[in-house]
Amino acid sequence: MKNKFKDYNLPDDRGHFEKFGGKFVPESLIPALEELEQYYAKAKTDKSFQIELNNLLTHYSGRETALYFASQISEELGFKVWLKREDLNHTGAHKINNALGQILLARRMGKKRIIAETGAGQHGVATATVAALFGLDCIVYMGEEDIRRQKLNVFRMNLLGAEVRPVSSGSMTLKDATNEAIRDWVTNVESTYYLIGSTVGPHPYPMLVRDFQSVIGKEAKKQFENQSENALPDRLVACIGGGSNAMGLFYPFIKDDVKIVGVEAAGKGLESGEHAATLTKGDFGVLHGAASTLLQNEDGQVTLPHSISAGLDYPGIGPEHSYLNETGRVQYFSATDQEALDAFQWLSEKEGILPALESAHALAYLRQENNGIKQGENVIVCLSGRGDKDVHTVAEALGIEL
Amino acid sequence: MNRIQKLFCEPKEKLIPFITAGYPTLDSTVDLVCGMAEAGANMIEIGIPFSDPQADGPVIQASSQQALDNGMTLNKIFEQVTQIRERTDVPLALMGYYNPILKMGHETFLNNCISSGVDGLILPDLPLEEAEPFCALAKSKDISPILLVAPNTPDERIKKISELAGDLIYAVSILGITGNDLASKDALAKYLNRVRENSVTPFVVGFGISSREDVIWFNEYSDGAVVGSAIIKNMDEGPNPVETTKQLIEVLKGRK
Repeated sequence: MKNKFKDYNLPDDRGHFEKFGGKFVPESLIPALEELEQYYAKAKTDKSFQIELNNLLTHYSGRETALYFASQISEELGFKVWLKREDLNHTGAHKINNALGQILLARRMGKKRIIAETGAGQHGVATATVAALFGLDCIVYMGEEDIRRQKLNVFRMNLLGAEVRPVSSGSMTLKDATNEAIRDWVTNVESTYYLIGSTVGPHPYPMLVRDFQSVIGKEAKKQFENQSENALPDRLVACIGGGSNAMGLFYPFIKDDVKIVGVEAAGKGLESGEHAATLTKGDFGVLHGAASTLLQNEDGQVTLPHSISAGLDYPGIGPEHSYLNETGRVQYFSATDQEALDAFQWLSEKEGILPALESAHALAYLRQENNGIKQGENVIVCLSGRGDKDVHTVAEALGIEL
Repeated sequence: MNRIQKLFCEPKEKLIPFITAGYPTLDSTVDLVCGMAEAGANMIEIGIPFSDPQADGPVIQASSQQALDNGMTLNKIFEQVTQIRERTDVPLALMGYYNPILKMGHETFLNNCISSGVDGLILPDLPLEEAEPFCALAKSKDISPILLVAPNTPDERIKKISELAGDLIYAVSILGITGNDLASKDALAKYLNRVRENSVTPFVVGFGISSREDVIWFNEYSDGAVVGSAIIKNMDEGPNPVETTKQLIEVLKGRK
């Protein structure tokens, strides 16, 4: 396995991770995707782009974020847990890393109108933030169910000057918000930049979101080497909805001898039918412009996912994760709503950190019996976001009226 | 030669209505298709309902959701096409998103198309980059893959798309989704002339076409006009969907 990934260099020119990925979109979006590919290829080798992005990451978002050795939970668990503190970013989650990268691309492309989809609202907030910073119009599509769950983030987006458009089709969550954003893009493709929030969608999005998020893994690698007695951690852990924080942490370690674990949302249980465990329970399909793995019925209709965490409530997953799963390079586990809730409280009480409910799924894995973690291992967990946005959901789940 | 190839050898005006299979009721499709053929439709597009129809506006989205709630599936569509074929020889194209077809499997899907009597396929989310294996297999079975071009498709690409399609292509009239308003006639004429110059196959135009005047105009600049959202919307307005739809087809054909 190590050898296969020594020269890992996917996606290929067509945006494929072998059978996953690609561009499955209406014809009118093809020129826009090609234009984006060209601008991104230029930006990648353009020093002024990299300097501008690094400046923003450092001085605007507050990078680098800490790699924190969580001594209290480490002691309890019997292995060493290092938290990559993406929650300390400006706007409270890793989503800003990608939003800053893409808004710089949008500006270079001369686009004045920014659209985005959002689930938990973290990506919507990050997009509204960078659009405000650069004075661009911003429209965020958000499912009505998510609007209900994440009122605070809706208000934050409004304060930042963005228009939040409620989406009432389908399950009224991230999947449907994405459909609506694609419809807007098809219609306004010449004026509009679609700022996708995860490693999903047609090529080149899964690649460029991964690249912009890989600052997480690059920093963590350097910090771990400086702060610990080892060169490399034994294991990486991250939660997965579409998969952007996970790809961001994993990618710089893909070629290394490090175990990698992604944690999906098992909702009310894998056998309940109410979950978002795409890789565990789904199969091959095409959604939102890419071939990947999907939750679907026998007729190929996409089924409704469930997770207590709006950010993981998605029936698909990034194509690169499907590839890493199929090749066995990454192992995928899942955690239930209840396990995530327990982990949320556990980290709050033990370390004084409120994790996002999304990130709580990654933490829950640490406490599972058959996780395969050996005593004394060094484990880096991506704490992808802070939990302030989730306190209403947690209170409701605990039966507490605020 | 399949029915679509034959139809596009004839230089006459063509009206191509679209309906969503299983809408308004699970069993309405057979009578609707046969009724439309009787009323003068030259070819008929039958939409395969999908949970996530990205290229569709609110009218077709809602019909698609209703059809799924009614219990429509790909297998039922093939059963109904078989029944349609007992009554009419009108050329039929299925229009659908790629995932349900992928799930059934290319080979099984295409074999079902042949045995039931489908002539062509329109897959709006399968662009040139990804379409080759599927198109090759479809053509080997004498089913016409009807690929799409849009107003922002460059000349050279229009040519490539039409070469891969082989029999017929579908020009989307606007940058947008089904049911949106049309652009100015000048801009449209320029675009359609560009398609005419670069396509090696005949082409039809769809999205936003709703009146007899539109049908005449688009037939001047292309080889046929597709009407979708306007048919679905109209269907909801009369007490009898089949009669209401037949009347509209007659109006669109200039028979009334």
